[in-house]
Amino acid sequence: MTTIIFNGKKYRHQTNETVLDTLLKADIQIPNGCREGVCQSCLMRSLDAVPPSLSQKGLKESLQLQKFFLACRCNPEQDMAVALPEHELANITAIVSHKEALSVDIMRFVLSFQEPFQFFAGQFVNLTRFDGLTRSYSIANLPGQDNILEFHIKRLPFGRFSSWAHNDLKPGTALKVSEAKGSCHYLLGKSGQPMLLIGTGSGLAPLAGIINDALSNNHQAPIKLYHGSSEPKGLYLVDEMRSLAKTYHNFDYNPCVSLAKATDSFKQGRAHDVALADTPNLSGWRVYLCGHPEMVQQSKMSAYLKGASLNDIYADAFYTTPG
Amino acid sequence: MAESLFNRLGGEAAVNAAVDVFYRKVLNDHRINRFFTNSDMDKQIAKQRAFLTMAFGGPNSYTGKDMRTAHAKLVDIGLNEDHFNAVMEHLGATLTELKVPADLIAEAAAIAESTRNDVLGR
Repeated sequence: MTTIIFNGKKYRHQTNETVLDTLLKADIQIPNGCREGVCQSCLMRSLDAVPPSLSQKGLKESLQLQKFFLACRCNPEQDMAVALPEHELANITAIVSHKEALSVDIMRFVLSFQEPFQFFAGQFVNLTRFDGLTRSYSIANLPGQDNILEFHIKRLPFGRFSSWAHNDLKPGTALKVSEAKGSCHYLLGKSGQPMLLIGTGSGLAPLAGIINDALSNNHQAPIKLYHGSSEPKGLYLVDEMRSLAKTYHNFDYNPCVSLAKATDSFKQGRAHDVALADTPNLSGWRVYLCGHPEMVQQSKMSAYLKGASLNDIYADAFYTTPG
Repeated sequence: MAESLFNRLGGEAAVNAAVDVFYRKVLNDHRINRFFTNSDMDKQIAKQRAFLTMAFGGPNSYTGKDMRTAHAKLVDIGLNEDHFNAVMEHLGATLTELKVPADLIAEAAAIAESTRNDVLGR
């Protein structure tokens, strides 16, 4: 017999039961449907132990890595603390240590933290300032680098958080940082799978993180990046990306500008149009899409129709908050 | 007792493989794709997954009434016999492509066929 911990309370788990059985027996409402591992309604997340592999069958790999599992298929052999998928882990506090302009409207912020914090490059967090104002931003750096987090914050015309960050957020200031969320990150063990990454504006932040993660893990297959902006001055990290492309023969960098004629340094067109025209068949590819919501939705559909498998498309639409 | 159609087809792994192939066929079919594109792609995929699970004889809780309600709006904008036939065609082609034996395809097609009147609101 083992113990299941849910919301801080302990429940006895009998040997032949699933986690779903245990919790339902204790009158805890866990959404569920088929109870055969198909409908995925009973998705939960382990807060400690790695879930049994049977309980993760059929889930996206990124969800598996984050210890999500199907409660109806989960019969753990050890104690396990579990939560519903929307459960939030505790915030940590991080201090701004560096601030630097990357382009006319994008600023790099580096935050340092002390508490234990797990993330993958490309995931996002919610940043909260002193008065509670909160916005989501993607992580641009790899874990394991001196307990820091890097963000690229784009100034939006009426953005309350982004304007404040650009104008007034100074090194030394503390921000609250939520747990790292989302599935947009590199996956180990797939080094032979070609990758297409399309981003607009500060959508480059997660993509740069994913690319660095892939290259530092010796990814073998081609990695193609298309970064788009409406004007040349909106492109950034150009030198870094060019230098990566020089060092790694399998990395291909394509800056795209939609409102200017092509030059030696960039292609003309919207990043996703150029990218999808360059790659007629995406069967077997892994595709990452970050940035403008409309671009993300359209490209998701196009990538799928060009043969990319649904489980291989990772999208992160950057919605803006009005006011 | 004989093993269920769902298990003989390969269970949830079969649904996962089929949804990818099936939904792409549907979206590429100009006769019917307008019925499948007007909402969030993830929601559409969840619906296709539910449909295939049912057609494969898998665990589901659909009733004829659910089928009617869910498709009523589409019937209003012209969903008819031909469209239903097109979907049946793609279901068969998907399973053929996945090398499912003909007798199992016939069983799945019969289950899908049994929803025809409810889907078309007759």
